[in-house]
Amino acid sequence: MKGSQAIIKSLTDEGVDVVFGYPGGVLLPLYDVIYDSDLKHILVRHEQCAAHAADGYARASGKVGVCIGTSGPGATNLVTGIATAYMDSAPIVALAGQVGTSMIGNDAFQEVDTIGITMPISKHNYQAMDSSEIPQMIRSSFYIARTGRPGPVVVDLPKDVQKGELDYPENITIDLPGYKPTKKGHPLQVKKASELILKSKKPVILAGGGIIHSESSEELQHLSELIGAPVTTTLMGKGCFPEDHPLALGMLGMHGRVASNMIVDECDCLIAVGCRFSDRTTGDVTKFAPNAKVIHIDVDPAEIGKNVAVDLPIVGDAKIILSHLVRVISQTKDQGKPDWVDYVKSFRASCLPRLSFDDVPLKPQQVIKEISEAVTDDTILTTDVGQNQMWMAHYFTSRNPRKFISSGGLGTMGFGFPSAMGAKVAMPDNDAVAVCGDGGFLMVCQDLATVKEYDIPVVVCVLDNRYLGMVAQWQKLFYDERISHTKLKAMPDFVKLAESFGINGYRVERPGEMKETLQEALKSGEPSLIDVMIDPDEILPMVPPGCGITEIVGEYKVERENPNEIPYRRSAQETGGD
Amino acid sequence: MKYPTGVLPRKLEVTKMDQRRNHIISALVMHRPGVLQRVAGLFTRRGFNIDSITVGPSEQDGLARMTIISKGDEKVLEQITKQLNKIIEVIKVRDLDAEGTVTRELCLIKTHATSERSRSEIIQYANIFRGRIVDVGPENLTLEITGTPEKIDALIDLLRGYGIKEIARTGPTAISRGSKTI
Repeated sequence: MKGSQAIIKSLTDEGVDVVFGYPGGVLLPLYDVIYDSDLKHILVRHEQCAAHAADGYARASGKVGVCIGTSGPGATNLVTGIATAYMDSAPIVALAGQVGTSMIGNDAFQEVDTIGITMPISKHNYQAMDSSEIPQMIRSSFYIARTGRPGPVVVDLPKDVQKGELDYPENITIDLPGYKPTKKGHPLQVKKASELILKSKKPVILAGGGIIHSESSEELQHLSELIGAPVTTTLMGKGCFPEDHPLALGMLGMHGRVASNMIVDECDCLIAVGCRFSDRTTGDVTKFAPNAKVIHIDVDPAEIGKNVAVDLPIVGDAKIILSHLVRVISQTKDQGKPDWVDYVKSFRASCLPRLSFDDVPLKPQQVIKEISEAVTDDTILTTDVGQNQMWMAHYFTSRNPRKFISSGGLGTMGFGFPSAMGAKVAMPDNDAVAVCGDGGFLMVCQDLATVKEYDIPVVVCVLDNRYLGMVAQWQKLFYDERISHTKLKAMPDFVKLAESFGINGYRVERPGEMKETLQEALKSGEPSLIDVMIDPDEILPMVPPGCGITEIVGEYKVERENPNEIPYRRSAQETGGD
Repeated sequence: MKYPTGVLPRKLEVTKMDQRRNHIISALVMHRPGVLQRVAGLFTRRGFNIDSITVGPSEQDGLARMTIISKGDEKVLEQITKQLNKIIEVIKVRDLDAEGTVTRELCLIKTHATSERSRSEIIQYANIFRGRIVDVGPENLTLEITGTPEKIDALIDLLRGYGIKEIARTGPTAISRGSKTI
């Protein structure tokens, strides 16, 4: 068997049914095998989209996504997608072509040090120097990508290694003496945690992406209801707990909901599960949850104590630990905290954000409200990065895990559309809607050709304000409204752009149109683009960088009559901004 | 909603410079190309200080032992250890405590030595420090010395007056005392 055949056999044996890729000179041997293999190959129009699509595929399905790029520029174009997956712990395997082993180091045509470049942005990477290494290398890559804290693994495949002969072994054993992720939490720590929780009066759960990776939403809800702890989530955790649940506070942090930020500030016991206390979540750590004992449950020991001091760490798989905790606490008396629960519920109700606006140009809140009305619980929503992302995170009500996909850690503009494409390929029975900004979408719009060619019916909603909105927002709030290079003066007509790719284009300008158009686009079963003209002046209230998460600036419009009850309403000048 | 008075804000202790101390980290790693780059890259990327790093084969086939000297407070050390452990090719990591550890470094020093007097003085120093003369030229002597980094520093200071032409140090390597192993 040839190396290239071994690659495809290894992928098939791992259960891979589809790969996103872009061929090139050194990948000719591999693509020659793909030519008559059963593996479905989706030809993207830019390698970055291959990596994001593999990422979207992985996050929507929980399976490992696979992308392929050629050597040199192919590999460097994958880099942004690999780094995105790394920051958000998404399991992908990226196969990169490489010049022949005898050419490595000669600055050969399209040669780049892929291993060196991807070392700090991947969970692990391999370079095959002999064809016989391929089966075990690919098996190990998938194992590393999906176990423990998931992440991207890169496999560098020189051309001659793809061409060389090997005997494909019958049994492949994974031999990784330095890789043994902890699964079961330490029983003593779990016991101590249960005591801490029972002793507390105002417990809060902070749920991160780890809940989604470990598929422990059910256990999370058990624990929350059992101990009477409201649940706030990070951006990556969005959807792991139904956000219309009376104990759901919504997202926490810089662009978090008032309820989340205030209740976390007040809590006396913070149970953080599968999150890494990013600066966007905590704000100024010295002011973060000042009264709370912190219990941190994470599969990655390095996350414990990295950003926030932890009183009680438990290393292991969230699903196992949460069910263990529920078991231990169930055996005790007086687990619930009815007074706290009542307080949280009424506080939450007092500051639900206002969504209905009949203004023209459209307010993003109204757009998102109509998106919510047009989609079902099974619809997968992806976002780009910037205001569109934070509006979605803030105003959209997610009820199920793996249905809200966003680039949290790296904040990659251009992520929304290709990840929706990957998600739709992974879950063909679910609708996939990408909510993008005009800036981010333009970075990846060439892949409209891909969704057309392979008939991947994603719907792209471009929230079009002709601004790089988030940066412009900061300029408005903290830089004396000096709008430096964030106004997009020349932009395409997105409807015509879509049509030029043979894709249905719609334009939405008035309240009510969004819901109708999105429903129509989803019903059509065809890839579509909706250009949504929104108010460029709408600002999402936020916590300025370096401030505590209760120091929210901007007017927080709540869903009730009396705006005087807003807990915090300050101007940027008061807090000093940046 | 104000903070109750008297409640200390939650923060990680910011350590003063004098609380930072040298740590000897011993790591058992796969003996493969690229492992040194992974470890060194980790230190740069995470902003950890690195004083020296030595690598050589270990008692087990296919495994190498790395000795890393790094400065930092306890929190930094904890992060270094945890981040090192995350590298797939790193098998075990231990922070060796200075008292229970034998630390040695090898140093080669090439000095000017033209006069009869300076030559004999240098040879005497070498003897006192249990070093050896390993090369002699018409105008120079080369000494080999093994010991703790402090002992080597002391000898170098003494030899400065004669004119040191070149120094090559290996950086410290270390092993724990007694029967325990990592």
